Amino acid sequence: MPMDDSRYWPQGTTRCKPIPFLIWMAFCLLLGGWAVHSATLCLWKGLNQTAMNDFFAFGVWIVVDLAIIALGAGAFFTGFMTYVLRRDELKNIINAAVIIGFICYSGAILMLGIDIGQPIRGWFGFWHANVHSMLTEVMFCITTYLIVLIIEFVPLVLENRQINKVPDLAFFAHHLHRIMIVFAATGTFLSFFHQGSLGGMFGVLYARPFAYRTGVAIWPWTFFLFILSAIASGPSFTTLMVMLTEKVSGRKLTTHKVKMMMGKVSGYLLTFYLILKGADTLYWANVTLPKMGVSFWDMYQSSYGIYLVWLELGLFGAVPAFLLLHRRVRESYGLLALAMILNCLGAVTNRFVFTIQPLAIPVLPFEKWQFYWPTIPEWGISFGVIAYGLIIFSLAYRYLPVFPQEVELNK
Amino acid sequence: MLPFAFEWHWDIGHFVFMGLFYTALGVVSLGIAVALFRTFKDLYSGKDPHEMHHH
Repeated sequence: MPMDDSRYWPQGTTRCKPIPFLIWMAFCLLLGGWAVHSATLCLWKGLNQTAMNDFFAFGVWIVVDLAIIALGAGAFFTGFMTYVLRRDELKNIINAAVIIGFICYSGAILMLGIDIGQPIRGWFGFWHANVHSMLTEVMFCITTYLIVLIIEFVPLVLENRQINKVPDLAFFAHHLHRIMIVFAATGTFLSFFHQGSLGGMFGVLYARPFAYRTGVAIWPWTFFLFILSAIASGPSFTTLMVMLTEKVSGRKLTTHKVKMMMGKVSGYLLTFYLILKGADTLYWANVTLPKMGVSFWDMYQSSYGIYLVWLELGLFGAVPAFLLLHRRVRESYGLLALAMILNCLGAVTNRFVFTIQPLAIPVLPFEKWQFYWPTIPEWGISFGVIAYGLIIFSLAYRYLPVFPQEVELNK
Repeated sequence: MLPFAFEWHWDIGHFVFMGLFYTALGVVSLGIAVALFRTFKDLYSGKDPHEMHHH
C-alpha cells in the first residue's frame, strides 16, 4: 500500500493514517515558514524588525526562552527522580519528559540565535568568557545540557522498530541506557545552575529596583526561586503534554497513577516555592525597595499593574498549589489538567514579569513608564518555536516507543 | 576558553568556572566513550543485541 508507514510505528501500537498526519505536519510547517520568513527579516535587515529598543533590550523572545526553559525542567527533574532517586514508576513518563526537554532547550537556543543579532559570532561567549557574568554560566550550562538531552534522546530514536534491527545501533542504545544515571546526574547539576543563574541575572541588577534582590554569597534569592519555580512547573508541563497527546490520539499512554505522582510532586514543590516567594516579596516590598528610595506601589503602574501580582501568586500560584495538594483533585483527570495549566501559566507569568517589567519602570527622574508589544516577526519566531516543538513531538510519538505502558493500556 | 586565550587570568573565578564546565564536558564525553567501547566489545563477541533488556 502506498504511503503505508505502519512498519515504523512502535511494536503493538496503531497511529492515525498518513494523510491526516501529513495535513497536521503541513500546518506546523506553515507556522515554521512564518518563523523562517521572520528570522530572514531579522538577520537580513537587523533587529530593527523587532519592538526592542533602548528601553527594552529583552523582549518576547527572552520571555519565551525563559518560559520554555522553566517548563522544560521536567526533563532534568523527572530524570533526577527516575535515575537518581530510583522512582521506577516514572520510567513510564521519562521518555516524554526528555523529548519535551530537548524541544524546549533546542528551541530556546534556536531563538537565541536570532536574538543575539549575529549568530555567526555566537561562539564568542565560549571563547571570550566573562566568568563574572550570570549569563555566561547560563550559556555554558544550557548548551552543555542540550548535549546531555541529545544523548538521552538518542537511545529512544535508536529504539525505533526498524533502526533497532541494526545490531551496532541496538548495542549502542542499550549501553547508553545502562549508564543513563551518569547523564541524568550531570544534567541535574547543569540544569540546577542555569535555572538558578537565569534568576540570578535579574537579582543582581542593582540599578533596577523591580528585579534587584538581596541574597546569600554571590547568589541573590531569585537564583533559588527560579530553580524552585522551574522544578515545580516542569513536571506539570510534561504531564500536560502527555494528556494532550492522549486526547488528540484517543489512546491511553500512561496510567493515571503516574500523572497523579507528577501532580503531587508539582504541588509540594509549588507550595514550597510560594512560601519562599511570599517571604521574598514581603522582604523586597518592606526592606529592599524603601532602601532604594521607592515603594512597592511605584513598581506596579500603567499597563503593568498590581493585577500581575494577583495573577502570578494568586490565580496561577496559590490556586494550583491548593488544588494539586489534594488527592481528590489529582484523581480527577480534568481538575488535574486544570491545576497543571494554572501552574504552568504561573511560571510563564513570572518569567514575563521579570523580563519585561524591570525595563518598563522609569529609573531616571525624567523617564516615563514604557510599554512593549512585540512586532509580527517577533511573534513569527515565537510561534515557530511552538511549531518546531509540535513537529518533533508528533514525529517522536508516531515512530518511537515513547510510552512503555501504551500497548498494555490499549488492549 | 583555555589558559592560552589572552583574557585568561590565573584566578579562582576562572579555575572554578572553567573547571566545572570542563568537568561536566569530560564526564559526558567519558560516558559516550564507555558506551561506544562496550558497543564494539559486544559486537565483536558475537552477542545478539535483542537478548538484552534495559527496561
